[in-house]
Amino acid sequence: MSEILTATAAELARRIATGEQSAEEVTRAHLDRIEAVDPKVNAFLAVDSERALATARQVDAKRSAGEELGPLAGVPIAVKDLLCYQGLPTTAGSRMLEGWVPPYNATVVDRLIAADMVILGKTNLDEFAMGSSTETSAYGPSRNPWDLDRIPGGSGGGSSAAVASFEAPLAIGTDTGGSIRQPASVTGTVGVKPTYGGSSRYGIIAMASSLDQPGPCARTTEDAALLHAVIAGHDPMDATSIQAPVPPVVEAARSGDVAGMKIGIVREFAGDGYAPGVEQRFQESLTLLENAGAELVEVSCPHFVHALATYYLIMPAEVSSNLARYDAMRYGLRVGDDGERSTEEVMRLTRGRGFGSEVKRRIIIGTHALSSGYYDAYYGSAQKVRTLIRQDFDQAFTSVDVLVSPSTPTTAFRIGERIDDPMSMYRADLCTIPANLAGNAAGSFPAGLAPEDGLPVGLQVMAPPMADDRIYRVGAALERAQASAWGAPFTSQIPFLEA
Amino acid sequence: MSSAPLTSADVARLASLARIELTPQELEQFAPQLDVILESVTSVAELAGADVEPTSHALPLTNVFRADEVRPSFTAAQALAGAPAAEDNRFSVPRILDEEA
Repeated sequence: MSEILTATAAELARRIATGEQSAEEVTRAHLDRIEAVDPKVNAFLAVDSERALATARQVDAKRSAGEELGPLAGVPIAVKDLLCYQGLPTTAGSRMLEGWVPPYNATVVDRLIAADMVILGKTNLDEFAMGSSTETSAYGPSRNPWDLDRIPGGSGGGSSAAVASFEAPLAIGTDTGGSIRQPASVTGTVGVKPTYGGSSRYGIIAMASSLDQPGPCARTTEDAALLHAVIAGHDPMDATSIQAPVPPVVEAARSGDVAGMKIGIVREFAGDGYAPGVEQRFQESLTLLENAGAELVEVSCPHFVHALATYYLIMPAEVSSNLARYDAMRYGLRVGDDGERSTEEVMRLTRGRGFGSEVKRRIIIGTHALSSGYYDAYYGSAQKVRTLIRQDFDQAFTSVDVLVSPSTPTTAFRIGERIDDPMSMYRADLCTIPANLAGNAAGSFPAGLAPEDGLPVGLQVMAPPMADDRIYRVGAALERAQASAWGAPFTSQIPFLEA
Repeated sequence: MSSAPLTSADVARLASLARIELTPQELEQFAPQLDVILESVTSVAELAGADVEPTSHALPLTNVFRADEVRPSFTAAQALAGAPAAEDNRFSVPRILDEEA
């Protein structure tokens, strides 16, 4: 059975399509795995066994009937509990939406269904996707399969933990400031944030609408690309969806050819605060890419060091506006409606009780940043620095094809280590935020283990808007170079957690 | 930009604007935390000159319209399925009158 679990999504799809293995058998193996190890990992908030098995049997029936199957038909997948999926609760990791069942599907979910993929269940996340560890989830933290006392990253730590513990070969994440890439980095998996507007936000609970973007989580570059191709592309239901063909991500992931590619190393993302093992593995990745034929160029993006501060004004401003919808009237929690209290009193009590500390902090900061007398100094200034960050990217991409940096400055930290110090938690997203502010595509790929603690390190690759394929090209090149330098692919180092 | 530290009275006022009831413990805990966060973001104020255009959005898209066509929508039952309280095919809400008094 473990052979099914460690297989790639591409391999599982091939076996299912040829009839070598049934989709039902593959689904059952993953459901059994979830039952066995999820009490330790806590990656899932809801498991949908019956419907998953029914979908798998439908795929098997289609195959028997000679129908043509899509590239990921019958492959199981986990979905972050921020995407609406009819028939299961969508909680966003919050008490505010406990038990709420959405009346419609997110476009990304509809595309998974249309591709005959098997949705196993919904994964844990920081409350309303606000955090870097899943510790702000109202349903308890997920755990990193490399070390169960450590965080699996956040906000999409449930998705990364599910993939890294072989509970699912693929998962959907969402990335506002790094919530796909930082979890991928600290769990030794692959995670890609598509170009903003490249994949639909329709039906995904909004955090900061100008930054949010769903994307793939996987153990290999090719698997991530296959999933990217399934979910991406124009959606008329999302007004910020780009009307252009999906970049050729699968071809790029299969090619992995970086000969002559110019790779820019972001000078600002190194030094103080970066763990020695992170810098060592980053340097090693650069050497591997150079040996594969890429040309390395050091570039300066002087405003990137201000991205974190810019983000912590723009994001909370959008959060304070987006989360105003949780007013206890039409859906979700309602507290204190005793027939005497007014609507406004009920609203205050509900929001006080339903939101956790991190959500409250961000709403309050956003309210402050948007309030009269502070708007220009805070929100207005941040929007201008956002322009400067975009210009840094534009300038860099005149001379290089992609930019690279460590995905996050450290390896996985311990559960509890940063939860009472918001600023130290926020620094986990130091390197990932610029791509959200500028709307670029970016991904994180395993770079090996830090010698000092044996935990995974990630390489971040950033590309211009709608050049998502370049990210996969670099990821695939690195994966291959590692396999030949180390004698085996990185995935073979992921520990197989015992029940 | 104001450099005065954020007091728990400031936090209480902002929470009230955001319609969030905070406990005395939360007010105590949040004021210094929010102060540290605000302190760390003040650096953006002096960075950009007056000539820099603000960016509110990464895409060069404006006024995206769809065709004005009739499409299926939720039934009343679907729309009310998640309501905390409903009555006669409507959302039922706490009293809204006499609040201005």
